[in-house]
Amino acid sequence: MRKKGFWQILLVTVMLITLSACERSNALKITLTGSSTIAPLMMEFGRAFEKLHPHTRIDVQTGGSSRGIEDTRAGLADIGMVSRPLTNTEGDLIAHTVAYDGISLIINKTNPVSVLSDEQIIAIYQGKVNNWQTVGGPDQEITVVNKAEGRSTLELFLKYFKLQNKQIKADIIIGDNQQGIKTVAGNLWAIAYVSIGSAEYEEQHGSAIKLLGVGGKTASTKSVKQGYYPLSRPLNIVTKGAPQGLKKEFIDFAQSSQVVDLVNQQYFISIVTP
Amino acid sequence: MRTSRIFQLSLKTSALLAASVLFFIVFFLICESAPLLSKVGFSAFFELNWHPLDGEYSLSAMLVGSLVVAFGAVIVATPLGIMVALFGQFYAPEKLAKAYLTMIELLAGVPSVVYGFWGLTILVPWITLWAPPGASVLAGIIVLAMMILPLVVLTSDAALSSVPRKYLTSAQALGLSRWGIIYRLALPIATPGIISGVILQSGRALGETMAVLMVTGNVVQIPSSWFQPVRTLTANIALEMAYAVGDHRQALFMSGTVLLLLTIIIVALAHYALKERRA
Repeated sequence: MRKKGFWQILLVTVMLITLSACERSNALKITLTGSSTIAPLMMEFGRAFEKLHPHTRIDVQTGGSSRGIEDTRAGLADIGMVSRPLTNTEGDLIAHTVAYDGISLIINKTNPVSVLSDEQIIAIYQGKVNNWQTVGGPDQEITVVNKAEGRSTLELFLKYFKLQNKQIKADIIIGDNQQGIKTVAGNLWAIAYVSIGSAEYEEQHGSAIKLLGVGGKTASTKSVKQGYYPLSRPLNIVTKGAPQGLKKEFIDFAQSSQVVDLVNQQYFISIVTP
Repeated sequence: MRTSRIFQLSLKTSALLAASVLFFIVFFLICESAPLLSKVGFSAFFELNWHPLDGEYSLSAMLVGSLVVAFGAVIVATPLGIMVALFGQFYAPEKLAKAYLTMIELLAGVPSVVYGFWGLTILVPWITLWAPPGASVLAGIIVLAMMILPLVVLTSDAALSSVPRKYLTSAQALGLSRWGIIYRLALPIATPGIISGVILQSGRALGETMAVLMVTGNVVQIPSSWFQPVRTLTANIALEMAYAVGDHRQALFMSGTVLLLLTIIIVALAHYALKERRA
């Protein structure tokens, strides 16, 4: 009995492996490379697209926005992923925006502070200001929450405030947005920064946080979508020349209202206006 | 005859597979971290600070973090666990003891991320009231101690119940008090079993990731008090792996190698100590 079971399992496994290999070799393939911020989103898009178009395969690889540009130029990738606007020297490529990403500062709802200037935020993150009293709040120590090295939110935050990660004096370092929101909701005097999409969602669903904008602008998905919120960026996929055939179908799909839920799940902001 | 040979063969294969997993992991970790290791040298992982994007790869602070949090938890959980096991074996009425142990078993099955979530939403805000920022060595120790406590209880209980019944009844007949039986007889006999249970738990405490990551604050520094945040080697990997490329990625594999070495050293030391005791 034992013996039979083993061989049956082995046989089935071998058959399954062969079968899947078979399917792959016949599939039409689109390769995407580039920004690790966009990659998870593209993987979700890819899965949904593969379901709609059997016999296609979407292959997503990361390596940073610059790799996305280079690979698309060299023809190594069909589509590149670039988490910023294209520069003047990149005019040979066409950008298709699939979503927006924005960052908001968050503090606890009980904190009476309602606005912070960019200079104050920089001073707080550098540890030069460590009491809320200095910026118009009560006499309480500030708990500074920073993101772990390598996160795209950190990168965008540092770039906007022209800071080096070494200069930041953090009390808590977090991984994802949810952890940041939970930390601020549980700590009356903490300050953190997270994706606007997730912060807005949590605020509307009862988390004890409030959003603080930067550069004197309100932080909301609306202000990002309208393009006047400074701490934000477009998430682009780029092609060499106008896309055709399957590539065009995929890009149309990525910009359609069919993917709004997938965009929201990743806490990005959809380009589709409801 | 044929069947038994095949059975034997499959047993051998499984044993070989299980053992080779360790070798594959060690091989894999070394392969992944080797390029950086040969570029900056082994000592670079114990100098300066952790700024992987600026070429500073020191793991010392995180090594200290892992050790402090894991051993803090073991030191808190071990006496508690042994006392609970003694209560179940010698003091509680049989029915209560049974129900109690079942409850502990259930507790052992709670996923670690649940403990972490509790720590993040209840424990850390509570500590913040006394000593901000709240996410700290202390929070890590409490959450980890709670996680390993049920397992310490279960292994200690198993060790205590393997003490031959004969000895206990004889001791009772000789007029030893209950405490005397426990202290002079049951505990010494059960000690090797209890210790191997504790070693297993230290390994688990060192390797725990999500629960620790959620409550310890993850700032890379050698803590000077129980209320300061700290980052462990495991949290380092989990926090940064998703977006790490190139040297940064290899430095994270180095974290894994160091952690594995640490675990191997601890297990080896414990085995040695146990052997000395038995001899």
